[in-house]
Parts: sequence; C-alpha cells; structure tokens
Amino acid sequence: MKRFNPAYSFLYILWIVLFVIAPLVLIVYQSFFDISGHLTLANYQAYFGSGTYLKMTLNSIWYALLITLLTLLISYPTAYWLNQTKNKQLWLLLIILPTWINLLLKAYAFIGILSQNGSVNHFLTFVGIGPQQLLFTNASFIFVAAYIEIPFMILPIFNAIDELNPSFVNASRDLGATNWQTFSKVIFPLTINGVKAGVQAVFIPSLSLFMLTRLIGGNKVITLGTAIEEHFLVTQNWGMGSTIGVVLIVAMVIIMFVTGERRKKGRKGE
Amino acid sequence: MANTIISFEAVDKRYGDTIALNDINFELEQGKFYTLLGPSGCGKTTILRILAGFTSATSGEIKFKGQKINNLPANKRKVNTVFQDYALFPHLNVFDNVAFGLSLRKVPKAEIRRRVLEALRLVQLTGYDDREIAELSGGQQQRVAIARAIVNEPEVLLLDEPLSALDAKLRTAMQVELRQLQRRLGITFLFVTHDQGEALAMSDEIFVMNNGKILQQGNPVDIYDEPINHFVADFIGESNIVKGKMVKDYLVSFVGKQFECADAGMRPNEPVEIVLRPEDLVLTDVTKGKLTVTVDTQVFRGNIYEIMSHDSANNQWLIHAVHKATIGQKVGISFGPEDVHVMRFGESEEEFDARLETYEGEEE
Repeated sequence: MKRFNPAYSFLYILWIVLFVIAPLVLIVYQSFFDISGHLTLANYQAYFGSGTYLKMTLNSIWYALLITLLTLLISYPTAYWLNQTKNKQLWLLLIILPTWINLLLKAYAFIGILSQNGSVNHFLTFVGIGPQQLLFTNASFIFVAAYIEIPFMILPIFNAIDELNPSFVNASRDLGATNWQTFSKVIFPLTINGVKAGVQAVFIPSLSLFMLTRLIGGNKVITLGTAIEEHFLVTQNWGMGSTIGVVLIVAMVIIMFVTGERRKKGRKGE
Repeated sequence: MANTIISFEAVDKRYGDTIALNDINFELEQGKFYTLLGPSGCGKTTILRILAGFTSATSGEIKFKGQKINNLPANKRKVNTVFQDYALFPHLNVFDNVAFGLSLRKVPKAEIRRRVLEALRLVQLTGYDDREIAELSGGQQQRVAIARAIVNEPEVLLLDEPLSALDAKLRTAMQVELRQLQRRLGITFLFVTHDQGEALAMSDEIFVMNNGKILQQGNPVDIYDEPINHFVADFIGESNIVKGKMVKDYLVSFVGKQFECADAGMRPNEPVEIVLRPEDLVLTDVTKGKLTVTVDTQVFRGNIYEIMSHDSANNQWLIHAVHKATIGQKVGISFGPEDVHVMRFGESEEEFDARLETYEGEEE
C-alpha cells in the first residue's frame, strides 16, 4: 500500500486554518468587545435582553422556515419527476444553470420583472387585473429567495432518489402497497437523507440572507444577515455584528445536529 | 387442467425492435415447483416481471385462475416475489419488513405478530425479529425476503435467482430448504435461474429458455435424458455432441460406425445430432469399446475423474470415470443403446412429443 504523503495535507490544513478556524476565532473574539474596544459581555446581554434582536431572530427563523418549506414543496416533486425523465441529467443541468449567475444579477432581474412597470404588471394590466404592488412585499421576498434556493434543494433530493434501488419500489408494490403507500412508506423514508441535506443547504443560508431583504423585500423583513451587515458597514459596531454572527453559527450547529444522520440504534438486549 | 393457476397464452414482449419474449405459452398447476431455466438475457426474468405486474406484455394473455390479469396492477395480484437482490427495506427491521404487506392490509396487530413470527419460524429465523437488515448475512437476508413474501399467503411465489448471491455451500442448503418449504406450504413456486444444477435439483417441472422462447418443458429427468436440441443438451449438464445420421429406426451412425439406439420415427438417412452424457460413457479396453479414444487430460474431481479425450476424427469426448486413466493412452469407451440420445434439427417440442408417441406406443 502506498503511504500517504503528509505534504499533500498541507494545503488543506492551511485552508482550514486561514479560512475556517481563524475567522471563527476572530468572530468569537470580536463579540466580546464593545464599540469603544472594551472587553465586555454587553453584546450578549444586548442581544438576549432586547426585544428587537429576539424579534429579528424569530423573524429570520420564520422566514427561513417558510423559504425552506416552499423550496421543499417544489423541489421534491420536481426531483422525483426529473428522475423519471429520459434525459434526466440534461434537465437537471438546466435547473442548476441559474446558480452560475451571480445572485445580485438575478435579484436585479427580479426587480425588473416585479416592479410597477415590470413584465408581470404588464401582464396583469393586460388581463384586466391592473398593476399590483409586487416588489417590496414579503411574498415577493419569499418567492425570489425560494427561486434562488431551489437548485440547492433539488440536487441532493435528486441524488437520493437517483440512488434509490428500483427494486424497493417493485417490492413495495409487490407486497400490495398503492402508489401513495409506496411513496410514504418506502420512497420518502429512503430519500430522507437527501431532504435533510437539502434543508441544511437552504435553511442555514436563508437565515442570513441580506441582499434580497433589501432589494426585493424592501427592508420590511430585517433578518440577522441584514443586522450583521448594518453593524459592520453602517454602525461600525463590529462587536455586536460578531455577536449576531456567533448566534448564527450556533444556529447552524443546532440545525446540522437536528438534521444530521444519526446512527441507527442497535439490536435490543445486547 | 382443473387446477391450472396461471397461464400464458401467446405472450410477446418487445422493447422497441428487440424481442424479449416470443410467443410464450405455458400453464402452471397449483402446488408445483416450476423453474424457468436459461442463460442471462433469455427472457426468463421478463416472464417473472410480467407475472408480478412490474411490466406488461406487448401482446398475448396472462391469466390467473382463468381471469385475464394483463391490466391488474402489481399490488392487486395474489403473487409475491423474492427479488434477486432481496430488496429488503433498509429503514425497517426484520419484523417490520416481514410485516410490511400485512400492515398495509390493516390486519390486526396481534395477528400480524403471530403470522410474522410464524413466517420467521418457517425460514428458521426465530429470534431475529428485532434485528436490522444490515446486521444480517446474505443467507439470512435471503430468508427474510422469503418470509416477507410467504407471510402474505400468496398463491404463487415468484423467485428471481434468489440464491445467486450465496456461496456454494449455502446455496445447496437453501435449495433443499426451499424445496421443503414449497412442499410444506403447498403453493406454486416459479423459480428463475441460470444454474442448471439448481433447476434439476429443485423442480417438478423445468422450462428451458433461450432467446425469448421456451425450448423445452418437462420434468428434470426427461429434460436431462431427452434434450430436444443442441442448446438444451449443452445447457443442461455436460454433454458430448457429435453429428450423425439416422440409418433407420433404432440404428444410427456417427464417427464412421453404426450403433443401436432407442430412437425412431425419423426419415431414413436423416442428418441428426447425437448426445452422449459423460457419465454414461464407461472406460474399457480398446477391444471391448465401441469407440477408441486417446486420453488428453484428466482432472480429479473427488467423486469422479473428468477425462478429456479425442477420437481418430478429432471429436472431443468428455468422460466421467470412476477409475483413473493414463494420459496419452488409447482406451475404449462403451455405452448402451439407451445412452445414445438422438436429436433432430429444428424439431419443436410438439413434434418431438408426437414422434415419441408413435413408437413408444408400439413397445407397450
């Protein structure tokens, strides 16, 4: 057997130290300083003591949940259907394609589409409904966020369904299960890991969305991401921004733990 | 037949231009062990899938107790399948796997428990009910797959090469167990395999298939002793096949000599093929032998010596001998008239049966 050359792990370790460990340490470190540079716990007191931050947190979680749920509702059937198609890799590619375009560009495109003079309102006027306020609504924020996150949900679910052994489906039918029973008792439980991975990939980034909240949501929804941005760029209160960052990191860890794969319990009585 | 449970009538299956099944006709009786035997790609699994309802026939009728079931969905059919890869649900434990079919049908909990434990007892897995599938060996998984199928009390059990993933020893043991299980349950088994030994050992009736057709149907002894053509003779057991000529009834000539045989009903001087099974050939002195061959190689197989030899016309002869021979030596081989199996070219099973009746009737 070839021995692994430790020199190859150098780049990996360098990367981890520079871009994962160092930023984490810096954020945690920063979170203990107030705006004038004094070591303090005030940031955490402010965060957990003020209704504003807690409301913001709940808001973030609530919208992230809505976005994740909407994304999941659209992605699962889509991934399932994609798997039945003949050129599934091609269709999948078409769905992944938009992720190659910069997020900001897509956000601006939606401003054009949803604005007062946008194509959607043109259409609504044409069919006689008249122009509606679409941009800067919570609905448009959720819609655009879901649009952007959908590929990240479809991909892991698609892979999970793709890997599903078709004889499981046959076996289920063979044993008398209807299509719905086959789905709920066999297909879904066996692809749940894809769903979990998708939820991780969507929920966590959705917690800290900030560009979309402003461009599409019109700052009506203030998420933790927006708050971090404001603290770092506007109020220059890096300590408070870092504190929110720490909260987000803890939230991620919790989500990963909840959706993570757990070892199946072994045999009883041994 | 009164107790016919399944019949295929002129069933065809095509995938685009490829013909998977070509005019398949057969009937299965209740309570028998049937085997579909053929090389991979011969269409045997397709028959199983059509019967289970996973795919549909292009044309023809599939009947279950006289009722056409072509369009009946898989979940409504009274057949259950044991899959080649077992297809045990990895997210359920042994008990829940076996109970799957029953719980779908809303059978009372207590009855499910009773029947599942009974099924596990039948496949000798008592006490394994709370194991996870991943904890089981291949042979145990195979038994769970059988238990999962028989717990639903199907009228026909379909088995798609269920033993192919097991090692040789376990496979032999499972062959005996499956056969016993079938006798005990009294339900019809339709077993698919490419292993002729397995088919001969287990079946009441074998269907030999090739290229989407059933070539021959019969009990294991008939198929072994009276192969209908070159393919069947070659596929079932080992055989020596040489070209010959039917001189007249009960007299055939091959490798330049004439021999007595037990076949009749053919045209005089009709070209035929002769099958001689290696275990029917007896080594003897050159003077006593009907044929003289030179021994090329000899392999000791434990119970027999497998001897490859050739005659003066360079025909290869495989002999299973109890006693050892010497390589390079000339030996005689002898055989009885009953050991000479004559096959006509292009004879169908019906023609074969009809011809057999014409002269076997005379003897009795």
